[in-house]
Amino acid sequence: MVQRREDDNVKGSVDWFILFMYLFLVLAGWFSIYGASYDYENVTSMFDLSGRAGSQLQWIGISLVLGFILLKLDSNLYDIFAYFVYAFLILLLIVTIIAAPEIRGSRSWLVITNSIRLQPAEFTKFAIALALARFMNAYNFRLLTFKNLSIIFLMIALPMILIFLQKETGSALVCTAFILVLYREGLPGFVLFSGICAIILFILGLKYSEVDAGFLTLGECFSIGFIILATAALAISFRKDIKNALFIVGGASVYFGICYLIQQLGVDVNWGLMCIIALTVLVIILLVIAKKEWSKTYLFLAVFAVVSIIYVSSVNYVFSDIMQPHQQTRIKVSLGMEDDLMGAGYNVNQSKIAIGSGGLSGKGFLNGTQTKLKYVPEQDTDFIFCTIGEEQGFIGSAVVLIVFTILILRILFLAEKQKNAFGRIYGYSVASILIFHITINVGMVIGLLPVIGIPLPFFSYGGSSLLAFTILLFIFLRLDMNRKRR
Amino acid sequence: MNRKDNSITNGRYYVISAIIVVIIIVLISQLFNLQILKDEYKDSADGNAFFKKTLYPARGTISDRNDRLLVYNQPTYDVVYIPREVQPFDTLDFCNILGITKDDFRKRIENIKDRRLNRGYSPYTLQTFMTQLTVREYGLLQEKLYKFPGFYVQNRALRQYDYKNAAQILGYLAEVDEETIKEDRYYARGDHAGKTGVESSYENILRGKKGVEILLRDAHGRIKGKYENGIHDIAPVSGKNIQLSIDIELQAYGEYLMRNKIGAIVMIEPETGEILCLVTSPTYDPSMLLGRDFKENYKELERAPNKPLLKRALQGTYPPGSTFKTAQGLVFLEEEILTPETMYSCAHGYPPGGGRPKCHGHGSPLPLVPAIATSCNSYFCYGLNAMLSNRKKYSTILDGFEVWKNHMVSMGFGYRLGVDLPSEKRGFIPNSQYYTNAYKRENWHAQNIISIAIGQGEITATPLQIANLGATIANRGFYVTPHIVRQIQDTVIDNKYIEKRDPSIKDGHYEAIVQGMANAVTGGTCRGINLLPEIAVGGKTGTAENVHGRDHSWFMGFAPVEKPKLAIAVLVENGGFGATFAVPIARLMVQKYLKEEIPASEKWLEERMANAVVLPNHFSTWQVRKEIPTVNTDGASESIEE
Repeated sequence: MVQRREDDNVKGSVDWFILFMYLFLVLAGWFSIYGASYDYENVTSMFDLSGRAGSQLQWIGISLVLGFILLKLDSNLYDIFAYFVYAFLILLLIVTIIAAPEIRGSRSWLVITNSIRLQPAEFTKFAIALALARFMNAYNFRLLTFKNLSIIFLMIALPMILIFLQKETGSALVCTAFILVLYREGLPGFVLFSGICAIILFILGLKYSEVDAGFLTLGECFSIGFIILATAALAISFRKDIKNALFIVGGASVYFGICYLIQQLGVDVNWGLMCIIALTVLVIILLVIAKKEWSKTYLFLAVFAVVSIIYVSSVNYVFSDIMQPHQQTRIKVSLGMEDDLMGAGYNVNQSKIAIGSGGLSGKGFLNGTQTKLKYVPEQDTDFIFCTIGEEQGFIGSAVVLIVFTILILRILFLAEKQKNAFGRIYGYSVASILIFHITINVGMVIGLLPVIGIPLPFFSYGGSSLLAFTILLFIFLRLDMNRKRR
Repeated sequence: MNRKDNSITNGRYYVISAIIVVIIIVLISQLFNLQILKDEYKDSADGNAFFKKTLYPARGTISDRNDRLLVYNQPTYDVVYIPREVQPFDTLDFCNILGITKDDFRKRIENIKDRRLNRGYSPYTLQTFMTQLTVREYGLLQEKLYKFPGFYVQNRALRQYDYKNAAQILGYLAEVDEETIKEDRYYARGDHAGKTGVESSYENILRGKKGVEILLRDAHGRIKGKYENGIHDIAPVSGKNIQLSIDIELQAYGEYLMRNKIGAIVMIEPETGEILCLVTSPTYDPSMLLGRDFKENYKELERAPNKPLLKRALQGTYPPGSTFKTAQGLVFLEEEILTPETMYSCAHGYPPGGGRPKCHGHGSPLPLVPAIATSCNSYFCYGLNAMLSNRKKYSTILDGFEVWKNHMVSMGFGYRLGVDLPSEKRGFIPNSQYYTNAYKRENWHAQNIISIAIGQGEITATPLQIANLGATIANRGFYVTPHIVRQIQDTVIDNKYIEKRDPSIKDGHYEAIVQGMANAVTGGTCRGINLLPEIAVGGKTGTAENVHGRDHSWFMGFAPVEKPKLAIAVLVENGGFGATFAVPIARLMVQKYLKEEIPASEKWLEERMANAVVLPNHFSTWQVRKEIPTVNTDGASESIEE
């Protein structure tokens, strides 16, 4: 009796909207893989299991079966087994580090048989998501305690480090996506804001680090300008102090405007010196306001400004003295500082050519010359988006991105509707992981971000990746079924 | 979770959604930028994937009026390479095969990469490394080509000449320079195009149309077959064949007669304006400007003292001398300054009494016909004076002179005739303004310019223009613009070369001039070309004084007098009297063309003419080496002293 009721419920309570989008993306991925691995001289059928497309079809079948099983399981099992799954994966990651052979520079593949290889790193994502959801679902859970934050930090950092050790930088970085989940659950917005500031300062500081502007580099000058703006924005955000913010921004504008006019008159302006003066004055003003209004916030803002400039000056050091040369090159290429078309820039340049040549409506299925003739490396895995861009054009690639967006927004929407924190936190985790993957992968392929090898969800060839994303998504679908049932 | 928590964090749902939407908008914007706004990626993609193989058409052949093939094609091979595909290889071996040094090799590569020299350089496209391999080099290279990745051999055609003659008419092919490539997108670096001669003026007809084969090439440079089964390929279109109006044997004979002399022979078919031969001397073997020796030979020809590259028949401008008297006569008749019956006396010069120009002994006074036959200088000076001083007809001398000049221009002088060969010169017929400027006053007198009456002074003309005057007289009043191309395969020739042109002289006036020229042959200055009873020839000699040395020897004529089949102009620089060289050479040429054989009784003349050496004092070593294995020095000294 119970069994029958469950059956009916899958049909009636699963979110068909998400399911259809999942099927659309997976099938589009299958076609893209066939297109990407198509060889003029050796044409194989889409269903030929020895070909990449056929192999992917096999994985799609396995994923669908697995997904169906996941939907049939009792939703409480996920809560109950969350820590167990997490622990099992940590163990698997450790085993991988020890046992995995080196394949293309990384030690992330667990070879089971010759034809079956598993990449445990891919499965870590849903394990962390489950563990986090379980931990934060505790009764009367408060996020902003030192103990809880520390535990959450460890839960995320441990697998991250293990994956780093496997030299899978991309997959390790995915773990940072959970910051969005924590933000939703009450992490101060300032943390997110600082994170964004850190990225912007990193880019500004580096991109113009080779242009001299007096005592500082042009990058540092721009960074100081940005810090002034960020401080004003924080003043508004924390204290609704529009007057003080306007005073800071307006004062800076007038100051730099005068400097610019002087330069137009033919006087050599030492912009580095001017910026140092500006920042010093800013800090003094903040301290004065802090004293006058007896406000801790302004003291904090002064500290923020000082820490920011220390961060900027250390970025250059980290970049040139700590990072590996190949990482430096990748970053430089993506910031447009270097044009190494035969070396590090080759992949991205070729992938931009392939996508750019697609035009508005693309060259048509199987008509892409760049991908067919193997100009784009890794084109059925990390660079799969090239095939879509070349053969389906702007329309096709935009449609894929929009479907992804709708899928993610739908997950967020459903996550908010969950009756318990477990479902909501898990939902946010799924959405964060997906948007992170899409941003990094597509951003890399179209030349906006450095080359970091992570797959495009549901598209990239590979069983581990497809299975991992299927599990990630279908667990959420199963959790969501509870919402409607009761 | 309790409600309180939700209220704090509720807005964050929207913040996170907004972040996601912003990210996707950024990504889509970049896609829009790459796929819609920027065009360059399409070209790069084509450059990546398409290996565009140029298919060269066969260049049109050139034959003479009797369908003897003069210029056709022989296969040759170019070494080309795609810089991006080149991998380290044994340069020494490569250089040895091609017979170049390693320095040559390095220099060639540097020149190709230098975008100032080679604006179209791209590491993705074919670059021409070396052109025109010999068959032996081709064989060696083809065998070892697999050792030199990125290098290919391309078939080309090279010109082949069956005759050593008519070099200046035919022109030659040379690699196109950057200017040409910029002007005409048809050409690519390494292509050859016609330079001078028919090869140049009919380049667009001879070259045909290049085709292209689009092949797919993968990232490793391997050819993966034709793009879309070749539906975008373009087959080459062969160039059209051209038939010239020249008779190559006549041309060769003319060149033979003119060897070791500087000058020109132009023979025209009066009725059609077709050029039967256009001899320029000195000349060269067209095969010299062919293949790999091109540069070296070209330099040598350029340096040669007697300028064999100069097409004297249409580039040389000379005072026409007495041949011009025929044109003067026509103008005087047209302007009613005189009638054929008008007599002027001659007392050994003009003005009478030994003035200048001088004249030689003949009957006096005399009318127009014998004045032409005996080439009386005084007669035409009187004529010109009478014309320019006629204040009843022309209010000023300037008006009179303009009328005179316009008649001359209408007969083809002073401007280019428009022959279908490049670099024709226009000669010089002054206008009244010219003299006003020269004398710094407007009321100059006919006496000041009297030497133009006898084709001296400022007047110059090309041998082609003189031949054209001969043709106009032969036709009794019209000419067809002289041209060298008789027929083009599947095309009609330009109407310009079919239309009859009428000089501003009434047709009735020509008969007196014809008569004078006929009499000159039968009993006047050019008895040396009297071929009666077989052929009645009309002719006019000229002995053109010039500042550079001995007089130039001129002959202008036509034959037969009735229904003329040819008009001819012969010029021998520094040849002295017209009768000395120009007349006998014309005699041989006329017989060669009309009778095809030189009678045995005139072989001595043929030999004498062919062996005569009439060169300026700086007798060139080049001439000795290239032109005449045996120099008849006796003949040379004899003819120069004469």
